[in-house]
Amino acid sequence: MASTDAGVTGPTRASIDDKTLRTDRWWIYPLTTFVVFTAFVVYATIRAFMGRDYYAAPYLSPFYSPCLGDCVEGASDFGQPFGWFPLSAALIILIFPLGFRLTCYYYRKAYYRAFWLSPPACAVAEPHKGYSGETRFPLILQNIHRWFWYTAVLVALVLSFDTVLAFRNEDKEWGHMGLGTLLMLVNIVFIWLYTLSCHSCRHIVGGRLRHFSKHPVRYRMWTWVSRLNTRHAAYAWISLFSVAIVDFYVYLLATGTIDDVRFF
Amino acid sequence: MAYDLNMRLWRGDQDGGELADYTVEVSEGEVVLDAIHRVQATQAGDLAVRWNCKAGKCGSCSAEVNGRPRLLCMTRLSDFDPTETITVTPMRTFPVIRDLVTDVSYNYEKARELPSFAPPPRDADGKRRMAQIDVERGQEFRKCIECFLCQNTCHVVRDHEDNKPAFAGPRFFLRYAELDMHPLDTHDRRQLAQGAAGIGMCNITKCCTEVCPEHIKITDNAIIPMKERVADRKYDPLVWLGNKIGIRNKDNDGRSEL
Amino acid sequence: MSDRHPMTGNEMSGSERGGLERHSYDVVVIGAGGAGLRAAIAAHDAGARTAIVCKSLLGKAHTVMAEGGIAAAMGNRWPEDNWEVHFRDTMRGGKMLNNWRMAQLHAQEAPERVQELEDWGALFDRTEDGLISQRDFGGHRYARLAHVGDRTGLEMIRTLQQRAVALGIDVFMECTVTELLKEGGSISGAFGYWRETGRFVVFDAPSVVLATGGIGKSFKVTSNSWEYTGDGHALALRAGASLINMEFVQFHPTGMVWPPSVKGLLVTESVRGDGGILKNSEGKRFMFDYIPEFFKAETADTEEEADRWYDDKKNNRRPPELLPRDEVARAINSEIKAGRGTPHGGIYLDIASRRSPEYIRKRLPSMYHQFKELADVDITQEPMEIGPTCHYVMGGVEVDADTELSGVTGLYAVGECSGGMHGSNRLGGNSLSDLLVFGRRAGEAAASYAEGLGGQRPSVSEDDVKAAEQAALAPFESEGGENPYSIQQDLQQSMNDLVGIIRTGQELSRSLEEIEAFKGRAGKLSVEGHRQYNPGWHLALDLRNMLLVSECIAKAALAREESRGGHTRDDFPMTSDSWGTKNLVLRLNAAGDGVDLAEQPLPVMPEDLQTYFESK
Repeated sequence: MASTDAGVTGPTRASIDDKTLRTDRWWIYPLTTFVVFTAFVVYATIRAFMGRDYYAAPYLSPFYSPCLGDCVEGASDFGQPFGWFPLSAALIILIFPLGFRLTCYYYRKAYYRAFWLSPPACAVAEPHKGYSGETRFPLILQNIHRWFWYTAVLVALVLSFDTVLAFRNEDKEWGHMGLGTLLMLVNIVFIWLYTLSCHSCRHIVGGRLRHFSKHPVRYRMWTWVSRLNTRHAAYAWISLFSVAIVDFYVYLLATGTIDDVRFF
Repeated sequence: MAYDLNMRLWRGDQDGGELADYTVEVSEGEVVLDAIHRVQATQAGDLAVRWNCKAGKCGSCSAEVNGRPRLLCMTRLSDFDPTETITVTPMRTFPVIRDLVTDVSYNYEKARELPSFAPPPRDADGKRRMAQIDVERGQEFRKCIECFLCQNTCHVVRDHEDNKPAFAGPRFFLRYAELDMHPLDTHDRRQLAQGAAGIGMCNITKCCTEVCPEHIKITDNAIIPMKERVADRKYDPLVWLGNKIGIRNKDNDGRSEL
Repeated sequence: MSDRHPMTGNEMSGSERGGLERHSYDVVVIGAGGAGLRAAIAAHDAGARTAIVCKSLLGKAHTVMAEGGIAAAMGNRWPEDNWEVHFRDTMRGGKMLNNWRMAQLHAQEAPERVQELEDWGALFDRTEDGLISQRDFGGHRYARLAHVGDRTGLEMIRTLQQRAVALGIDVFMECTVTELLKEGGSISGAFGYWRETGRFVVFDAPSVVLATGGIGKSFKVTSNSWEYTGDGHALALRAGASLINMEFVQFHPTGMVWPPSVKGLLVTESVRGDGGILKNSEGKRFMFDYIPEFFKAETADTEEEADRWYDDKKNNRRPPELLPRDEVARAINSEIKAGRGTPHGGIYLDIASRRSPEYIRKRLPSMYHQFKELADVDITQEPMEIGPTCHYVMGGVEVDADTELSGVTGLYAVGECSGGMHGSNRLGGNSLSDLLVFGRRAGEAAASYAEGLGGQRPSVSEDDVKAAEQAALAPFESEGGENPYSIQQDLQQSMNDLVGIIRTGQELSRSLEEIEAFKGRAGKLSVEGHRQYNPGWHLALDLRNMLLVSECIAKAALAREESRGGHTRDDFPMTSDSWGTKNLVLRLNAAGDGVDLAEQPLPVMPEDLQTYFESK
């Protein structure tokens, strides 16, 4: 088993006491990630358990969409099959986007570095004695990322539907738009970019092939997703913010703190 | 534009060692390896450093400059402030031999464990046909110069000596991916990548990609696709169901599992 | 071999002193570049117990630096191409001084050797039909070079390396051979040391294949790495074999000239093959002024025709930028001397104004990378500054064309350290194919010779081993002497100045005097430290080889009173017909401290082959 001198200070390695000799500010990335992710988790948890102020016609918070529990009037566009559920309706569906992000290849990198310090940064020794990676329960479940991707596509479709509905006014008349609509529009664009730039998506559309030449359409899709994929990390961050902003905007409207800015 | 550069070079062997200070004159356009060569030629004739082409093509002069895994011949002095002291140590994942030279045999052992390419017979005219778009992914991986900086920076073995037997490392995941994506190879190496090579140990923290001097997208283009291929084989309910009811991906026909 | 160190093959721990490690093989290949690996694979396939011994780690040999491609008349781009055209191009490129039989075998067998690489996993660039793509290169009539972007050498060495590993061939890495051992006139083995521990090792083997590469490190401005110290040339000389064509050193026309730390670093000929042109500081495309009579008929004389050639090779003649390397290097040298050079003393190689950035990045990725990272130059936007650099030695061990057997029984030589194949000048792309074709032939011949011996193998004499040990340890004996680095630097400067691209009798005589003086200094040098991974000591031992080989070059260059291919005499600027039928042969002198030179008639080509050269 692992012994205390098994890493860079091990007996066969060049004897150097420092855990790292890096002189740059390598800790900025893990620290920023830690602070932002923690803030998001705290915010999302509070909002998810609140069970109120998630709907301000015509806007539904993405945390609560689709609203399948005992939701406020107008929020449930897909019925209330879980109307008996005693807790917040967000808890019914949040597992899917949450699972998608938790098993996402980018988020894994980010939180393994920032929360697990495994490793905190490249060529910076990690504090753990043993390490088995993603070979055992629970981390072996990271392999089911694509299952979550399938559901993430469904969720993105629902959020797209919500965004379309946001082109109504409070009285459900079409042809209107407000700041909330704009925020939802921006959000859904980044949600889609994030979902489609996913590594599993890239694999499913064409990456798994060995002969692109025999599947020209899938090859085209693969090159397109590959291009998006290079910015997957950026989309992960931006969509994280955009989701929270939309929810917070809805919260402000629902609590009556502000009024929606109406464009037309 | 010559100036005096302060360097700290790790001197020693497995019995111990330390960072030794040197001051050496360097000039515009030079790289860290030039400075080390000048130390060698004028101050420390027995300073051990491994190098060959001095052009970033052979991958011999891997070491750590200010704690970062780099090729000494591709690290330009102009990237540093002239007043900055540059610290050079050997790669810290492999057993040290002497000074800046390490024993990289781990990598050669892993290379030997990997089953080689297994093509079908040639076409009737004695040639082989492959489309350019089918070889391009593999070509990216074959840019690898085997500097082993990715192996060196990978925390799975850098911080855990005991993982070395079970983990092939990024350089060889590249190789698994290359062969698995090869349009002609007749072997299915997915089980092997998961089992013998230990791809599940990788937690995709991307340091291999960060240090690759050839800018190969090791994580995004090789390791993650390989993990996904393993998932195809073992963790995908749709693929499993498809196989059960006879809808298969014909793209993998003609391959036998290793 | 239970304790055998997995990388180095060393059986004993580094700290252990004394004792001598011994191994027994049928075939020992010295050098693990393309030629050595191919020879080892062939010997192994022929059933021989084979070992590869190399100075560096496996896969780092200089073959990785080859960029452009492997010349082989596969006819994938131009069905008109065949071995006869390739043979003719090779002989004309070498100014007819090639060993005709080697050139013939080379042209005939290269295509199959390339296909073989593909069987072993190489991923070449493809044509639209899915075949191996072929590109244009200087001196080749048709697009003929199988390539992978501009890193073909890397692809080749990695493929061969992976094949050798898959076959389970023993590799002794970072192990330097310092002497060949003989019994009577036959090879009995080799003596060397582990770089890692400094301890000695003896290989008992009846066949030794030299595949040690070239001599470029004797020159200051060179594209070659530190390993290129002429080890194989010197080992062969000391074992009693002869060298030919040593006066012919190829200066590649395009090496980087700035920054100083990379001066000499190669810029691939593919830049020109893919459309790059040479310009002087006045912006003139000067190569049109330097088309020699010999190539007039097949070279474009207007820019328009030259530019049309890239797309229509049938109706246009090739651009003068793609003349053989010796011609281009001399032209560049003249332009610089005439004061039309760039600020850093080179001339301009421009592809930025002729091809799109995407095309350049796609076709020349390593060049893009190399200039971007080492010189801060974006070659898709601005021209490169380049100048001639010492690249390749055409001369080497004189061998039998079919078996690569040298004058010593059991000693074979392949690749750059063998001579004859390329005559007075090598065409680009012919080197990689040379390695494959003759590597395989040598490996098979060496294995078959070893097998034929049965139990009657020459044995290693203990006295020879003792003598080799003493010679290897000599640099530690003296104290307070000069360090080897300064002697090496002076030698490199001297060779560059006096035996460079343009030579005169006077300078060559002076260089021979200087080499004698260097020999004296090298005899008294001393090294610090101990035997474990000590580069100073390693250099001291390599220096002996460099001096011997430098003497060969200077001596042969002084004797050949004409200009031909890679040998240009300012005092004898013309090609001479009488010299065109002669090789210069070098052997170790009786005292063993220098070389003797003799003239020897060139092998005569059979009549059916001569017909290829009759019509202009």
